Amino acid sequence: MKIVILGAGQVGASVAENLVRESNDITVVDIDAAKLQNLQDRFDLRTVHGFGSHPSVLRQAGIEDADMLLAVTQSDETNLVACKLAATLFNTPTKIARIRCTDYLQQKDSICSADNFSVDYIISPEEVLKDYIYKLIEYPEALQVLDFAGGKVRLAAVNAVHGGPLVGHELQSLRQHMPHIDTRVAAIFRKDRPIIPEGKTVIEAEDEVFFVAAAENIRVVMREMRQLDKAAKRVMIAGGGNIGRRLAKSLEQRYQVKLIDHNKKNCERLAAELNSSLVLFGDATDPDLLQAENIEDMDVFCALTNDDENNIMSALLAKRMGARKVIALINRSAYVDLVESGRIDIAISPAQATIGSLLAHVRRGDMAVVHSLRRGAAEALEAIAHGDARTSKVVGRRVEQIKLPRGATIGAIVRGEQVIIAHHDTMIESEDHVILFVVNKQMISKVEKLFQVDIGFF
Amino acid sequence: MSRFFPILHVLGMVTMLFSLTMLAPLALSWWLQDGALTAYDEAMVTTFGAGLLTWWSTRHAKRELKIRDGFLLVVLIWSSLAAFATIPLMIYLPGLSFTDAYFETISGLTTTGATVLSDLDKLPPSINFWRTELVWLGGMGLIVLAVAVLPLLGIGGRQLYKAETPGPMKDSQLTPRITETAKGLWLVYAGITVACMLSFRWAGMDWFDAVIHSFSTMGLGGFSSHDASFGYFDSPRIEAVTIVFMLIAGINFATHFMAWRGRSFTSYRHDPEAGMFLGVTLLSAAGLAAYLQGMGVYADFLTALRFAAFNTVSIATTTGFANTDFNLWPIFAPLWMLFLSSFASSSGSTGGGIKMIRAQILYKQVYREMKKLLHPNGVMPTKLGGMVVPNKIIYAVLAFLFIYIVSIVSLTLLMTASGLDMITAFSAVVATINNTGPGLNQVGPATTYAVLTDFQTWVCTFTMLLGRLELFTLLIVFTPAFWRK
Repeated sequence: MKIVILGAGQVGASVAENLVRESNDITVVDIDAAKLQNLQDRFDLRTVHGFGSHPSVLRQAGIEDADMLLAVTQSDETNLVACKLAATLFNTPTKIARIRCTDYLQQKDSICSADNFSVDYIISPEEVLKDYIYKLIEYPEALQVLDFAGGKVRLAAVNAVHGGPLVGHELQSLRQHMPHIDTRVAAIFRKDRPIIPEGKTVIEAEDEVFFVAAAENIRVVMREMRQLDKAAKRVMIAGGGNIGRRLAKSLEQRYQVKLIDHNKKNCERLAAELNSSLVLFGDATDPDLLQAENIEDMDVFCALTNDDENNIMSALLAKRMGARKVIALINRSAYVDLVESGRIDIAISPAQATIGSLLAHVRRGDMAVVHSLRRGAAEALEAIAHGDARTSKVVGRRVEQIKLPRGATIGAIVRGEQVIIAHHDTMIESEDHVILFVVNKQMISKVEKLFQVDIGFF
Repeated sequence: MSRFFPILHVLGMVTMLFSLTMLAPLALSWWLQDGALTAYDEAMVTTFGAGLLTWWSTRHAKRELKIRDGFLLVVLIWSSLAAFATIPLMIYLPGLSFTDAYFETISGLTTTGATVLSDLDKLPPSINFWRTELVWLGGMGLIVLAVAVLPLLGIGGRQLYKAETPGPMKDSQLTPRITETAKGLWLVYAGITVACMLSFRWAGMDWFDAVIHSFSTMGLGGFSSHDASFGYFDSPRIEAVTIVFMLIAGINFATHFMAWRGRSFTSYRHDPEAGMFLGVTLLSAAGLAAYLQGMGVYADFLTALRFAAFNTVSIATTTGFANTDFNLWPIFAPLWMLFLSSFASSSGSTGGGIKMIRAQILYKQVYREMKKLLHPNGVMPTKLGGMVVPNKIIYAVLAFLFIYIVSIVSLTLLMTASGLDMITAFSAVVATINNTGPGLNQVGPATTYAVLTDFQTWVCTFTMLLGRLELFTLLIVFTPAFWRK
């Protein structure tokens, strides 16, 4: 696919990196020549220096025969204008804009319609990250919780711990433990190596277990893998940037939130916007401040500043001083490897956490949701099955009949409002949303092909 | 002297406008043949003539008003119009001294409702009409009226408007042009007054009583055409209607205006004052009813509720109607009512006192100071209705509260020094500075302010104006800095 990306910032660069790997033709546009040079040195792509929404720059970037425009600059307005121009001047088939401002997001349907800014899909990385962290606070035991089918189905990752009723038992005994609750273990990672789960697979302590269940059953299933902690009540957030602010705003009704920022002006802005959160002016790596604000009573500490080192340090400090669970936002992938499985409970790579929302639009086959997992090694997909038994390779077949590559499992099916946890004899119908787990990225193209409809269908 | 000419020019114009308001009692007197006709034509001619003369002699001094001019003009308008308003009273009641007449008209214009007159039932209807018309005009504000009607006030109009409108935050602009704002407010005010009038008629008053009591109710004044105030009607239905409209008038008219313009009630939910005002007033009414029953003043709860609700709402909204002599209640109840009157009504309403919004800001500021001790690094702005209250407004409110307390204390001492007992002196000062009306003891609801000496009457007159113009606007004129060139 030929794709034009506007903006070579954090989002643009990580998108470019992922898409180049998936053998797309990428052109990146930015006004910062140094960033472009850096990208060009690392990846096989074209760069154009200029202002993203100017038609001449777009033309130079080859928009005329591009399949997709990805407008992910810092400025919402530039992104919107670029999409509109791409639609009216160049007839670009797919236009995706990154929108930050919540005011725009609230009106997104009318703003994005073809009459207005002609945006086909909106991505909002800050919003995605906020949801991601929110769910980690909602399920304090989980390593990751992902939504499918608008939240009806969730995929959760959890570390199995001694004492969980299922630990040390075969997977098939799950049925006897919980006769009324349907779930499916999609994958198990033992010492970072994937195990394809079968009925006889025994869960061991320290295993990272991925399972699919209806949203309301997630906690019950989790209890099988480990003892549940008490639900979080007190949350401290370091860094009141775009993510910290959004997170505090959505948390403050249900949790006691303390938000630390080191910029006085920003603190005042935050305090004006937030209602019940306590905004603190200071440095999150200052032990005296953490001490004074009772860090030892915090259930979750989130380090969400722009600075990796600061996040790591403040998260380590908070953990040391007694915070129950610490989460750090870390941009550099090298650091993520460094700190995870260390004292920091969860290290989140913003690029990895948000790339999925874009990948869904790039993939062949009709993908509703794509989540990138385990630093991009694995993926969870929500694919929509179209066609009939003749044109499609999945519709009208039972799960066991589908020629899935080894390492890919079907976790659940959403049919309209109904959630069906997949078993070997579950029949797939047209328009079903199929939730798949793929332990190895290499297999993704095979999965995509499964869900493509034969030409005859059209 | 010539630097005051532009002020006098506007004053002359407003005086001429004011003389037109005497047309209403004039027409009424002519229609009813109540014998007070001569009082109005002379008063009107004198007022109009004085205004015309001032206006004409300063016609060459037209210029835009400065901020400083605004304060002086507002003070002059209020004090001089009240003086002109005394003319009909003094002509009709030859025995009335200027001191008492001026007290009466200031009491009307500032919507206080304290009176020195007795035998109200025997006064000609047009005189009672004139008294309550003053309340009605003063309720929404003389300047607001002038700004609405006289377009030539221009930019200076906004300054004047700010100097007169009660409340700490006066920059909220309902419409782009101040004239439109003033018109809108008067329209809503007049509309609700008509509704009040019809409700009174429905509840059983005759037309005349309905008109003048709706004026008095909407202005939150308290003048009545009966010595016994609402005790004269002795009708729970009328009292209930009055309570409803007093509560309506105690809410910011800007909120009413927005509700009317948007045809929805959401503006009341977004008004942080309205809910608190209603909550505090109604809870107090219920609490006092229980208290009065508990103290054995009333045998059954419903009777206690009837009297407690009417008098509490009346005093808390700074109206000053009474349907019983609450001076006879255990002292806690009337003191609590007077306490409510000093802060319950909303900014931008026709009520007096420091206004609910200032009380809320002060309360939140205290809470913030305490929270700040717990979290030295905390950044916690004082917020009201989800909006941050700027520090400069908090300082202004603190200064306002200080000067308010200083005024009450020093004026009470002054009244005590002049020979009054403590309760009378204190309650008279509180009741006049809050523009409530009846106080306790000698100036209680069953008596009038006529017992006061001339000196004490003038102190009360000054206090009423001080309260209506929210202290600063009046006091600033007495500072040397104001007169420095």
